[in-house]
Amino acid sequence: MSWEVVMGLEVHLQLATKSKIFSGAANQFGAEPNVQACAVDLGMPGMLPVLNSEAVRYAVMFGLAIDARLGKRSVFDRKNYFYPDLPKGYQVSQFFEPIVCEGEFEIPMEDGSLFPVRITRAHLEEDAGKSVHDAYTGQTGVDLNRAGTPLLEIVTEPDFRTAAQAVAYLKALHSLATYLGISDGNMAEGSMRCDINISLRPTGSDEFGTRTEIKNVNSFKFVEKAIAIETERQQDVLESGGTITQETRLYDADKNETRAMRSKEVANDYRYFPEPDLLPIIIDEEYIDAVRSALPELPRIKRARFISEYALSQYDAALLVDTPTLANYFETAATQSKAPKLTANWILGDLAGALNRDSLQIHQSPVSAESLAGLIVRIADDTLSSKLAKQVFEGLWQQEGTADAIIEARGLKQVTDTGALEAMVDQVIEDHPDQVIQYRAAEENKQKKLLGFFVGQVMKASKGQANPQLLNTLLVAKLRSS
Amino acid sequence: MALESLTSASATELSLALQAGKTSALELTEACFDAIAAHNPTINAVITLCEESALAEAKAADLQLSAGTAGPLTGIPLLHKDIFCTRNVATTCASKMLTSFIPPYDATVVSRLQAAGTVMLGKTNMDEFAMGSSTETSVFGVTRNPWNLNCVPGGSSGGAAAAVAAGFAPLSTGTDTGGSIRQPASLCGITGLKPTYGRVSRLGIIAFASSLDQAGPMTRTVEDAALMLQAMSGVDAGDSTSADLEVPDFTAGLNQPIAGLKIGIPKEYFSHNLDQRVAEKIHEALNELVKEGAELVDIELPHTEQGIATYYIIAPAEASTNLSRYDGVRFGHRCDNPLNLTDLYERSRSEGFGEEVQRRILVGTYALSAGFYDAYFKKAQQVRRLISEDFQKAFERCDVIAGPAAPGTAFALGAKSDDPLAMYLEDIYTLSVNLAGLPGLSIPAGLIDGMPVGLQLIGRSFDETTLLRTGHRFQLCTDHHQAKPTLAGVNP
Repeated sequence: MSWEVVMGLEVHLQLATKSKIFSGAANQFGAEPNVQACAVDLGMPGMLPVLNSEAVRYAVMFGLAIDARLGKRSVFDRKNYFYPDLPKGYQVSQFFEPIVCEGEFEIPMEDGSLFPVRITRAHLEEDAGKSVHDAYTGQTGVDLNRAGTPLLEIVTEPDFRTAAQAVAYLKALHSLATYLGISDGNMAEGSMRCDINISLRPTGSDEFGTRTEIKNVNSFKFVEKAIAIETERQQDVLESGGTITQETRLYDADKNETRAMRSKEVANDYRYFPEPDLLPIIIDEEYIDAVRSALPELPRIKRARFISEYALSQYDAALLVDTPTLANYFETAATQSKAPKLTANWILGDLAGALNRDSLQIHQSPVSAESLAGLIVRIADDTLSSKLAKQVFEGLWQQEGTADAIIEARGLKQVTDTGALEAMVDQVIEDHPDQVIQYRAAEENKQKKLLGFFVGQVMKASKGQANPQLLNTLLVAKLRSS
Repeated sequence: MALESLTSASATELSLALQAGKTSALELTEACFDAIAAHNPTINAVITLCEESALAEAKAADLQLSAGTAGPLTGIPLLHKDIFCTRNVATTCASKMLTSFIPPYDATVVSRLQAAGTVMLGKTNMDEFAMGSSTETSVFGVTRNPWNLNCVPGGSSGGAAAAVAAGFAPLSTGTDTGGSIRQPASLCGITGLKPTYGRVSRLGIIAFASSLDQAGPMTRTVEDAALMLQAMSGVDAGDSTSADLEVPDFTAGLNQPIAGLKIGIPKEYFSHNLDQRVAEKIHEALNELVKEGAELVDIELPHTEQGIATYYIIAPAEASTNLSRYDGVRFGHRCDNPLNLTDLYERSRSEGFGEEVQRRILVGTYALSAGFYDAYFKKAQQVRRLISEDFQKAFERCDVIAGPAAPGTAFALGAKSDDPLAMYLEDIYTLSVNLAGLPGLSIPAGLIDGMPVGLQLIGRSFDETTLLRTGHRFQLCTDHHQAKPTLAGVNP
């Protein structure tokens, strides 16, 4: 039997507000344990939450960016459960009336198509602290620095059928959050965490199978792996006549397996009810308009613009708009080089490769957009062959100066002077009479191969600087004529 | 000023004496501590004393008084209910759970009253976590009623009420979630005001039921209540539910006449639940107000009976989650040698919380549980709205609603301890006011067999001014508020 995988995703996005969602404590990662937790975050007696209006603005920005319906009146609720890293014994979340309601998000896929994902809702809530299990023997530490970090939990409909779709969605979400500046998007630090609801059904069936929820998957790679391994597990269970238990599972990256959480950890009745310490969030049209007018150019708009303005493919455009920094880099370089397609190829090819090799982000690139444009200009005007261009790029990477300066210093100028090249061609023909005879005697299809020999010789003589097209034309003409 | 009047005069009178140099804040503070030393061992109204800091505050107040920079509350001694967080001073909520808790911050009410120049003498006893109507559930033992040591002072602010009645301090703070200021004020013969929900910041008050809790003054006169409310009121950026409204001058209009004032009399407040002798006292009091030109109007509050069930779902539901933070992890009581996390939670909470607190946590948890939420909590929310609407309709016909504050006078210690439902009925006339968020005032209306009776006045939302004016008028034309317990035989 063939199976169809059905998935819905819940993403917890940490919002990059200066302070926490309900307190004035700093919202930053990496401090010493418990130094960024104030009395409110610690759930001290008598302390009360005060809503951070920036968190609301970020949520509204997100809602507008995905054309969602906004909850004009949204309400916080308490989600009750006991855990040492949950100081109050409840998490303040939005259960009954979220701030962001239905929306849709189009995800660019590798094949250039757009995959629509329906967003069910997105709501504001506070993050919990962290239990530290490995630092003490027989004891567990609690670090409450993270307690009260604002989260936007973004929930989708069960629209995903493949891991590729799920990952593409997460990447697009990550990109959108970066554009909006609402999250630092640092996945290694837990800024974006994903829960995967996954079930299988016979291909062609309309009914959903029983699902499991894989909690807290922290990287695109792990999402892909977790989906693969859970699909395999569910398929094995179903094909051996078993049934899937609706449960929460953990993905263990080290063992590459999912396993059920202990029932005690999940058998919670959260007893949601409206949080009496906070007033409802009321947002009016005026507020929404103000937030909308301050929105940056969104990825999907920029993508469409890159396609029409720079004649890029859907796929290249999608890659280039991934982050605002990369998109700006491209636009600067493309505008200065006046060769957008070539610029796109260089950024997505050699530059991306070099950055990847040295584990650098685009904003850390030793080659500025202006420098790269200088190189592209010289490729476009035939000063450089693609081979020479790679050498110049290396020079730029080593920060030896502008492309022109490197060309000058390294003497890498392509020989396009017909006279100079003709002399070199003549010399090579004169030096290799046997090969000339061979060439002339050969059939046309073999001549092509033999031509390579002469090209090589001239290239060697020109130290690689001969313009390949010009050289070819000259050689063919000379070899035929005599 | 005579030593005796230092412990029986109103804050307003004491303030005048201080300004006139007839006494000093230090002398006044010492007189209060003397009264506490003499009678608190029997009454047990005060559970923490701050003698050293109080004497320092009194001396500072005297400097302000002599410099002419004093306000109306400068140098006036006061006690805080032990539900208000006080920086570096134990704040226990009268629970074993918090006997070791010393907050590093002051409640907004505490800092505002301190800024007004009051002298904090200590903290008062209460029902554990403010859950009770008799101050019998305190881990520090019962507080006795100064009018009759065999009787309860009411609760949960019973320590505060007993302290003001017994001459320990002219002012005390209280909190009122379902009647916890007004009922003990009634039973101890003092003035107690529960302001409109949102009038006074809840920041730093240990939460019982967040949508109902409100702090207010417990005093010897309405005039003092106005003075104290003035200092306590106003929006607080730290409490999202505090009202961003301009605070009126509560003392300015106190002396205005009440001619033409319409007083609504809800028939539901004079039903079979009420001790008929209390009903007579209330009618006598109303007649006094009629003599002053007020007009009585019959009104209906049809959902009064349902108020109890509604309250005893909403308040425990909120309490059940407010008290989840006491888990033995970060502060408060922790059991010895926990075997594992569940054991830590179960034993810390079982040992730290008393019976009534545990009962309410269980009731509240049940009311919020999956499958019961709609039948209990949601239904209670709906009835709560109906109760609010009852009041709104009533206030179309009157300016103030009057009735008893409690169904009877103080009852004997232990009389209702084993009968929670009988205890819950103590709040039948007060808790609807909390559900509707309205202001309510209890003032002495005379004695029955030597025990005080309280008249309750209920006002429109944020109209404490009318309540205070009516109450003050009553105290101008009667002397019930001047009756004092003899404290005979109180000395151990």
